[in-house]
Amino acid sequence: MAIRINGVEVAPPEDARISLLDLLREDLHLTGTKIGCNQGACGACTVLIDGERVLSCLTLAAQADGRSVTTIEGLGGADDLHPLQAAFIEHDGFQCGYCTPGQICAAEAMLREIARGMPSYVTPNLGAERIPLSRDEIRERMSGNLCRCGAHNGIIDAILQAAVEPVA
Amino acid sequence: MTPVTYARAATIEEAVRLGAAGHRMLGGGTNLVDLMRQTIERPTALVDVTALSDTIEAIEDGGLAIGAAARNSAVAAHPLVRAEYPMLARAILSGASAQIRNMATMGGNLLQRTRCAYFYDPAGSRCNKRDPGSGCDAAGGFNRYHAVLGASEACSATHPSDMCVALAALDARIHVTGPGGARVIPMVEFHLLPGDRPDLETLLEPGEVIVSVKIPPSLAARHSTYRKVRDRASYAFALVSVAAGLVMRDDRIEDIRIAFGGVAPRPWRAFRAEDALRGGPATVEAFAAAAAAEFVDAVPLAGNGFKIALAQRTLAAVLAELAGSAR
Repeated sequence: MAIRINGVEVAPPEDARISLLDLLREDLHLTGTKIGCNQGACGACTVLIDGERVLSCLTLAAQADGRSVTTIEGLGGADDLHPLQAAFIEHDGFQCGYCTPGQICAAEAMLREIARGMPSYVTPNLGAERIPLSRDEIRERMSGNLCRCGAHNGIIDAILQAAVEPVA
Repeated sequence: MTPVTYARAATIEEAVRLGAAGHRMLGGGTNLVDLMRQTIERPTALVDVTALSDTIEAIEDGGLAIGAAARNSAVAAHPLVRAEYPMLARAILSGASAQIRNMATMGGNLLQRTRCAYFYDPAGSRCNKRDPGSGCDAAGGFNRYHAVLGASEACSATHPSDMCVALAALDARIHVTGPGGARVIPMVEFHLLPGDRPDLETLLEPGEVIVSVKIPPSLAARHSTYRKVRDRASYAFALVSVAAGLVMRDDRIEDIRIAFGGVAPRPWRAFRAEDALRGGPATVEAFAAAAAAEFVDAVPLAGNGFKIALAQRTLAAVLAELAGSAR
């Protein structure tokens, strides 16, 4: 078995205590994924496993064995910005930038959740097949990603723009 | 974190065998991995049970069966849950964050532990749940988040789950299997009140594995909702929450289900309030009287007395909303 990280197969660590976050940062030097609270309260360590957003700080690397992990490095880079990255820059969706990789990974998965009709706590009609993307929906769905700089309004603007301008 | 081994169970039998040998069950890890990092939990061996059943399906004679490994987000998104058990979908969606709901499993949610700050502070606080007999620093400390019903001198920590509040209101049954065979535990009995042993939290025996959760069908489940009151609008544990379902017939309440979160050491099924309302009118006065009856034995601590009024008002508001749309 192996963990597939941004398309590259990596052997799981021998020590079962190593988190996916520590594997990414310390062993693989994929430092785009950030360590914030390390206890599941801030969302800075958000990555995608099999396309779904999860917290890498509360995931043991061993749990990801046989699965596919995508980090911010797998979404886009300086020469090939992901549409969300471009939108965050355009709308000042950050100041210090520390929470940004987690915000973008979370937003990327969130837009796909909405597209497939996943409701949220603020969705009025649980039976709705299509859920309109509103600022309230984005706020609720992104509440697991804190921004201590307070760039949340820019973050919402950026996500709204990226949602209406899907990848070509 | 103390050293630990990791294995995956491919079958229930394997999970039971490893559980009987002292392995701790690992679901999504959102609570256990955190508690291990804080050295509050110190298992030496883990068995990952997320490869076991995660199916969500209708039972032939009515009701719903949910595999213990089903992720919280998958349960909330399921069309049957959204249509027939809206209080369950809303309760799950009100809990934690999207990332955590993607990780957390049905079984893990049932077994998650309190977020009492003193329980979470092994270096600096006494806690009877973490270290039986050591004392409780919440009693004379910051107890805004603590219980007003069902607590004891030893412990007033609340059960943190939203999902479990809905399961209590829905009369869910927890199917478990262990070295002694399979058995079914009613949800309203699954979690224990603290008494003088707050370290004992559920009826689960060592080595027993949660296999599935079954929910019987009911009209009250179909006409239900969940409301959560908290210190911030999202991503916070409940101060008070209410799961309720209501069925009207000829201007009388035919069936009623009520459970509270945030007020007790376990999901609090409000049988007294239900009895007060069943068969009677759906009026504001009746809702207030039923809510008062449920909290007649409530015992406030220095910091949490507000919960008694808040819970009653939240219940009255939720029932008024349900009654309004039932007419």
